[in-house]
Amino acid sequence: MDPNRLLKKSDTEWWLAPSGRMRVPGIFFASEELVRAMDEKVLEQVANVAGLPGIVRASFAMPDAHWGYGFPIGGVAAFSAEAGGVISAGGVGFDISCGVRTLCTGLSIDEVEPRRAALADALFRAVPCGVGSTGPVRLSFSELNDLMLGGARWSVKKGFGKATDLETIEEDGAMAGADPEAVSPEAKKRQRDQLGTLGSGNHYLEVQEVAEIFAPEIAAAYQLRAGEVVVSIHCGSRGLGHQIGTDYLRSMLAEIGSYGTPLPERELACAPIDSALGRRYLGAMRAAMNCAMANRQVIAHLVRETFDEIFPAAELTLLYDVSHNTCKEEEHEVDGQNCRLFVHRKGATRAFGPGHPALPAVYRRVGQPVLVGGSMGTASYVLAGTTEGMGRAFGSAVHGAGRSLSRHEATRRWKGRAVVDALAGHGIVIRSPSLRGVAEEAPGAYKDVGAVVDAAEQAGLARKVVRLRPLVCIKG
Amino acid sequence: MWVEAKDMRNTLPRWEHFDHQSDVGVRGLGRSREEAFAQTAQALTAVVTDPARVVTRESVRVSCQAPDDEMLLVDWLNAVIYEMATRGMIFGRFTLVREGMRLDGEMVGERIDVERHQPAVEVKAATVTCLRVACDAEGVWTAQCVVDV
Repeated sequence: MDPNRLLKKSDTEWWLAPSGRMRVPGIFFASEELVRAMDEKVLEQVANVAGLPGIVRASFAMPDAHWGYGFPIGGVAAFSAEAGGVISAGGVGFDISCGVRTLCTGLSIDEVEPRRAALADALFRAVPCGVGSTGPVRLSFSELNDLMLGGARWSVKKGFGKATDLETIEEDGAMAGADPEAVSPEAKKRQRDQLGTLGSGNHYLEVQEVAEIFAPEIAAAYQLRAGEVVVSIHCGSRGLGHQIGTDYLRSMLAEIGSYGTPLPERELACAPIDSALGRRYLGAMRAAMNCAMANRQVIAHLVRETFDEIFPAAELTLLYDVSHNTCKEEEHEVDGQNCRLFVHRKGATRAFGPGHPALPAVYRRVGQPVLVGGSMGTASYVLAGTTEGMGRAFGSAVHGAGRSLSRHEATRRWKGRAVVDALAGHGIVIRSPSLRGVAEEAPGAYKDVGAVVDAAEQAGLARKVVRLRPLVCIKG
Repeated sequence: MWVEAKDMRNTLPRWEHFDHQSDVGVRGLGRSREEAFAQTAQALTAVVTDPARVVTRESVRVSCQAPDDEMLLVDWLNAVIYEMATRGMIFGRFTLVREGMRLDGEMVGERIDVERHQPAVEVKAATVTCLRVACDAEGVWTAQCVVDV
């Protein structure tokens, strides 16, 4: 994207002035280099979102923004129901509540290193991943309905994990307002045997080392120590969320004509928040959010069982679990007034600052952990939400590196076996059911995650706390 | 696996992929709408595995209905994705019959075998991104969209 099309407000803030259908400006938080690396479609999509009814303040692009469906991935937009605002299935995405959960192991790199290959093999055996994999339990529709209401609390009640885990999960592990009745039988059928599965594509389970500490006080509050080993899980609501996204995008497209909302692209299909369809989608999407939290809870349990076998003395505690594909009703200050807004974060992580009442008591003083995944060969980061960030983009920050090359281009450039071998040379053990999948996810196909988090910090969206170095990556 | 566009008339029917930054575009070309739709489904299979590796031993039938050709393509591909997900299958042959805006399709394939198929990625949904169904002056039908993976 040509930065000259934007007005430079600072080194990491660029404005697209309202024109045409735009009701608010577009605001890009990124370095000039990252803006240049963005596809032209990102600008078009940010402008299109800025034209939706009831949008408040601006249509935002995070430093990792790239071309998505209707909304850019790395897009943030808030809507007011009172001002005729909308909710968009495309604005949340098909992988509803995809997110990251990180567990602290209390083990040092020196303790894990000698058993690294055995740990990789055991995790690969224990956590179902890849196309066609099935989870440890098959659920009836009635159990699924309970899961959609209970989220991670349901999983804990069923014996997957500990009650204390719930204290450090977004929404305490269960999103209120879920409506299983708004979820189609097809979506439920698609989920029946997928609970506790990682999925494929960019989803992963990584064993990582805390390699660098940027903010010692916050790292201490997060119980992160240099040289400690942690485990991160990146996945979402699996088949249930995929089908809910499919079902409601279709319904919103069918009904959009009746709302008198002209759309520049069909992908922006949406419904007024205050409409029967809007409310149904909200209920179904929240059910999928609970499914995602339940899923990560079950996977964490499988990880704990595996660590128990190899490191019996280790006790895995939950640092945090946060999603990056959601629409949430939140209170934000706009022009000095507190407003209830529906904040779409599509490939963007909630990043609430210190003192926010939604944060767990243990993190309220320092701000919310923001878990940012990288590619399997580079690094992941833990950031912290800041007070400043609350006023920047409704308390939102980045979610990952973002792709720079298509899957086609990645498989043209790299072979899976060569990627596995090259990463082994860098001390990273890869386990995956598919070498082609590994090639498509080659580290070179992603942007520099370091540049992304640096831009996020410089823009005031969140603060860097630690860098995590991958040791083992289980790739779906 | 990645087919480049050549002389279109000589290579019909066929499928190809086109680039999308984070996902994959699937395109089918044929002498009829049905043939193009079937090829787009073949392109969908190729997102997951090499279609040549799929043994066609089990048949599944689906039907869909939509207000226009383009939504019919999205519904057709989503029907294929749904059967892949719920049956744990991959399909290598597709036959379609269209009557008005109703489509009856038969797909033939087998259970996914991770060793043999080396499935690269799960397809979550067909989207309306880059969605197009059209016939050119030469009578070649193109059916395409981006699928979320």
